[in-house]
Amino acid sequence: MSIIFKKSIRGRKGVTLPVSDVPLHHEIPDKYTRSEPAELCELSELDIVRHFTELSRKNFGVDSGFYPLGSCTMKYNPKITEKIAALDGFSSIHPLLAQQNKGELYTQGALAVLHNLELLLCEICAMDAFTLQPMAGAHGELTGMMLIAAYHNHKGNQKTEVLIPDESHGTNPSSASIAGYSVKSIPTNERGILDISSLESLINEKTAAIMMTNPNTLGLFNPEIEKIATLAHKYDAMLYYDGANLNAIMGKFRPGDANFDVMHLNLHKTFATPHGGGGPGAGPVGVKKHLEQFLPISRIRKCDDGIYRLDYNYKDSIGYIAPFYGNFSVCLKAYVYILIQGAAGLSEASENAVLNANYVMNSLKSYYDLPYDHICMHETVFSAKKQLENGIHALDIAKALIDKGFHPPTIYFPLIVKEALMIEPTETESKETLDQFISAMIEISNAAAKNPKDLKKAPVTTPVGRLDETKAAKDMDFCYK
Amino acid sequence: MTPQDRRYTKTHEWIKIEGDLAVVGITDHAQESLGDVTFVELPSTGQKVAQKGECAVIESVKAASDIFSPVSGVVSKINDDLESSPEKINTDPYDKGWIFKLRDYNKEEYETLMDAASYDNFVENEQ
Amino acid sequence: MSFISNTADQKIEMLKTCHVDSINDLFRDIPQNLAPKSFSIPEPKSELEILSFFKNLAAQNGSDLTCFLGGGFYDHFIPAAIDALVSRSEFYTAYTPYQPELSQGTLCATYEYQTDICRLTNLDVSNASLYDGGTALYEAVQMATHITGRKKIIVDISVNPVYRKMLKTYANNLSLELVETGKGIGLCDRENIFSVLDKNTAAIILQNPNFFGFIDDHSDIVEKCKSLGILSIQSVYPVALAIIKTPGEQGFDIATGEGQSLGIPLSFGGPYLGFMATRKEFVRKMPGRIVSRTVDNHGREGFVLSLQAREQHIRREKATSNICSNEALCAIRAHIFLSLLGKKGIRDLASLCVDKAHYAMETIKKIPGVKVMDSLPVFNEFTVKLPVKTTPVFEKMLEQGVSAGLPLGNYYPEMENCLLIAVTEKRTINEINRFAMLLEENICQ
Repeated sequence: MSIIFKKSIRGRKGVTLPVSDVPLHHEIPDKYTRSEPAELCELSELDIVRHFTELSRKNFGVDSGFYPLGSCTMKYNPKITEKIAALDGFSSIHPLLAQQNKGELYTQGALAVLHNLELLLCEICAMDAFTLQPMAGAHGELTGMMLIAAYHNHKGNQKTEVLIPDESHGTNPSSASIAGYSVKSIPTNERGILDISSLESLINEKTAAIMMTNPNTLGLFNPEIEKIATLAHKYDAMLYYDGANLNAIMGKFRPGDANFDVMHLNLHKTFATPHGGGGPGAGPVGVKKHLEQFLPISRIRKCDDGIYRLDYNYKDSIGYIAPFYGNFSVCLKAYVYILIQGAAGLSEASENAVLNANYVMNSLKSYYDLPYDHICMHETVFSAKKQLENGIHALDIAKALIDKGFHPPTIYFPLIVKEALMIEPTETESKETLDQFISAMIEISNAAAKNPKDLKKAPVTTPVGRLDETKAAKDMDFCYK
Repeated sequence: MTPQDRRYTKTHEWIKIEGDLAVVGITDHAQESLGDVTFVELPSTGQKVAQKGECAVIESVKAASDIFSPVSGVVSKINDDLESSPEKINTDPYDKGWIFKLRDYNKEEYETLMDAASYDNFVENEQ
Repeated sequence: MSFISNTADQKIEMLKTCHVDSINDLFRDIPQNLAPKSFSIPEPKSELEILSFFKNLAAQNGSDLTCFLGGGFYDHFIPAAIDALVSRSEFYTAYTPYQPELSQGTLCATYEYQTDICRLTNLDVSNASLYDGGTALYEAVQMATHITGRKKIIVDISVNPVYRKMLKTYANNLSLELVETGKGIGLCDRENIFSVLDKNTAAIILQNPNFFGFIDDHSDIVEKCKSLGILSIQSVYPVALAIIKTPGEQGFDIATGEGQSLGIPLSFGGPYLGFMATRKEFVRKMPGRIVSRTVDNHGREGFVLSLQAREQHIRREKATSNICSNEALCAIRAHIFLSLLGKKGIRDLASLCVDKAHYAMETIKKIPGVKVMDSLPVFNEFTVKLPVKTTPVFEKMLEQGVSAGLPLGNYYPEMENCLLIAVTEKRTINEINRFAMLLEENICQ
C-alpha cells in the first residue's frame, strides 16, 4: 500500500473547474496570503478512484461479513435509506434557510422529517419530548447531564455527584465529569447487575443522577429497575437511560414506563444508520415532562396552520448544543428505517437480536468461561480465562477470528470482566452465519489448548499483521512528511 | 525480587529514603500489568503533594495509570530521562525508572507503609 | 418489510439450543407490569411505498433556490467521484477502526486526511475529526482550559454567531467565563481585546475570514497573547486557506473549522465535519481520535489509532473529552475532495470564489442606496447595507427563486438593514446579474 502523497505527480489534476465567467480578476493583498501553496496531492480522477478503491478493499464492514462487535449493534444497513438521504430535495438544503422569515416554507419536508421522527422516538421510548440535536451518543449524554443540571439549578437543589455502575460505557463517567459532577462508581453484584445495597449506601441528597444502561454492558436486564427508580426519585435524583443497548428491548420495554427521566439513543446502532468507520452518528435525547422546558433550542413545532416552524421561545432552555438540528441525514435514515419496520418489525428486530445472542451464548458456554450465566439480552460477555491458562489472551482470539473471516467481538470491555469477549450478533444475521462463527470460536478454543503458538501469529490473511502500537505512541507519526 | 531497602503502597508505588530526599517509582508488578510505557506526565518541581495525592500519570498503549504520592512532601527533582525514554520504567523500575524525588517529606507517613514482604503478600492476595 | 433472515423453523431449532419454549421466555427478566403501555407506530411499508413517500417530502423543500446564503456553510461543487467512492460499503458500513488489521482503509485515509489538514493550516497535528466546526471550537476551549488551568475565554463578535451561541451554552453550563469583544461590522476590535486580556485568560477565539467576510492577519494579537500565557484559537474556512495566511503562519496554537465546504452536502445541517489542528506539544491534550503510522510484526507500513489512553474508553472521567463517535466518513469525503482538486485545483477554486464574489460586489455597488462594505479585503462573502430592512427583501426574493443571503438582524439587532452575501464557484454571471437586478427591484418597492 502506498500513501497518496507518494503517488503525486506534479501538474496532474483530478477535477476540471469551469473557466471564470466574470469579467474581473481580483488578487488578495500579499499581506494576507499564505507564503506557500498547501502541498495537496496531484493526481488524476482515475488515480484517485483506484487509490480509494484499493483502500476500501483493506476495510471490513457489515456488508463484508459477520461483525459481532459488542455494544455497537452492527446490524445490516438497508440500502434504501442511502438512496433517500441522497435525494436532492434533502441533501442540498441550507440549514439557515429554515431560520429566515418565510424560509420555513421552503423546508417543510425536512422539518416534517425531524418533527415526525421526534414523535416516533417518544412512542418507542415512552418519553414526552425528544431533541434530535446531539450528534453522537456521547453528545447525547453530555446534553442529558446538562438538562439534569438545569433541572436541579432551577429547583435550587445542591447536587454534586452522579452514580454510575462500574460496568458502564466509558462515555458515561466522562460526560458526567465534563458536566461538572464528581463520579461515584456503583459495584456490580455476583448476578452481573447493579448491586442495590451498594446503591442504597451511595445515594444521598447530593446525588444528581444515576446513569444506567439496561440491559447493561454484560447484556443483562436489571429486573429491579422500578426499585432503583423509586430510590432515585426519593432523593430527587434523575434516572438516566443510556440507550446504546435499546436494540434488545424495542416493543418489550420502554424506559419511560419504568420512570426513567432522561435518555439518549444511538441512531447508528439501533436504527440501522451506517456508522461510517467511526461516524457520523446521532444521539437524540428524550425527556419526561418535568425536563422538557430545558431542552436545547431551536425546537420544531407544528403550528395550527399545519406549517412546521422553529421555535426559540423557551426561557429555561439550556441553549444551543449544535449548530442546527443535529445530523439531519442520519436522522432521516433512521426515520426511513422505522417506517419500513413498523411496530411489528421493531419488536421482531429485538426478539431476533436476543434470540441470536442467546443461541451464541448457549452454543459456546462449554468452551469459554461465562462469568454471568443467565439468559442474556442482545449480547453476551465471555471471558478468555480458560484459554489464558495456555497463554492465549482475548486479543489472540480476536486476531484468530480475523483469519477465519469474521470481525472480532469487542474485547477487554466491560472492564469488570477479565479478558472479556463481548459478542453482539444482531438480528439480521442468519443461523448459518452464527453456526460458522460458533465453529470458528470452538476451533480457536481447541487450538488454544493444542497449538497456542500458532494463534499468536494471527492474523496472517490481512494486508498487515499485528501493528506496533508502542512505536506508534512513541514516534507520534500523525502527519506524512 | 522486591527490594528490601524501601517501602510500598497499595497503589503499587515504592518510596526509598536517600539522605534528605525520598525517591518514588512504581513496582515491577505495576510496570508489568501496565505493559509498554509510552509516556510519563511528570509533576513540576516545587509542587506540594499530599499523601495519596495524584501527581503523575503513566501511559501505556492500552492504559493510563495515575501515580499517587506515597507520602506528603514537596517535589524537588523529576526524572527528565523518562520524557525521551519512558521505557526505563519497564526495564529498570527500581532504579533508572524512578519518577520523582520529594523533600520535606512526612517521615511518620513513611513508617506506616508496607515493607517488601508485606507488599509481596498484598500482591499475591490481590490476584 | 423485514431484514430478518431466520425462518420460523430455524428459530424453533435455536430456541431448543437456548432451552426455552418461546422467544418471550428470553424476555422474562422484564417485569410484566412494565410491558409497553402502547407501541403505536405506523404499519410497515415496502421499499416502493417508502420511496414515493420520501420523494414527496423532498419535493416540499426548496432545492431549486439559487443560493447566496452562506454564514459558514456553503453551496460548493461536489465532484461525482466522492459519492462513488464513499458509497463503497467497506467504508460506510464499518465501525470505529479498533481492529487495525481489518481497517487499514479507514485508517490510511484518515492519516492522509490528517496530513491534508496539517498542510492547509500549517500546524503539526490534526485529529481524526469532531462533530462539526462549533464543537471543534468548544473542544479547543476545553483543551485551553486544561492546558492553562484558567477559566476565562475571550471571543470576538466577528466569530460566527452560530458558534458563539453554542459556546455560550457550554460556558454557562460548565462554569467557564466567556467575555465578548468587538462592536460591529469590521475587523476584530484590537483595542477592546487588549484591554480584556489578562493572566486569568485561558484562550482567545478569532475567526478568519471573519463572519462579516473580512480577511485579517491576527499575528499581532497572537503575539500579545503569547506574552501572557494565553492560548490562541482561530476558526477558519478551509477553502479560503488555499490562499489566505494560515493559522500556523500567524502563530496560532489551535486551528478549528467546519469542513462542510470540502465535498460534504449541506443536508439541512449535518452530518458535517469539525476539524482541529494544533502544535505537537499539545497533542496529548487534544480531544478525539488520532491515527498514527507505524509498522507491523513483519516491518510493513501500517496505521493504528494512537494515544488512546487520553480517551474516554480508557480514561473514563479523566479523559480529555467525552467524544467517541466522530465524523470519519465526512473526513474521508473531505480528503477525496482535496485530493481531486489537488495543490493547484484548490487555489483555482478559491480564486474563482474570490473573482465571483468581487464581481458580485462591484455589481451590487451600482445599486442606488446600497452600501457594500469593501474597505477591507474579503474572500467569497461580504456584507451589504440596504436602504431598507433586509427581511422583506429576502422574503420577496425567495418567491423569485433566490435565497438572497443571510439577514444579519437575527444576530445583531442593530444590523437589520444588513445582508451577508456568499458567492461560490457555482454561481454563474447570469445568476449574479439576476440577483443584483432583483435586489434593486425589491429595494425600490
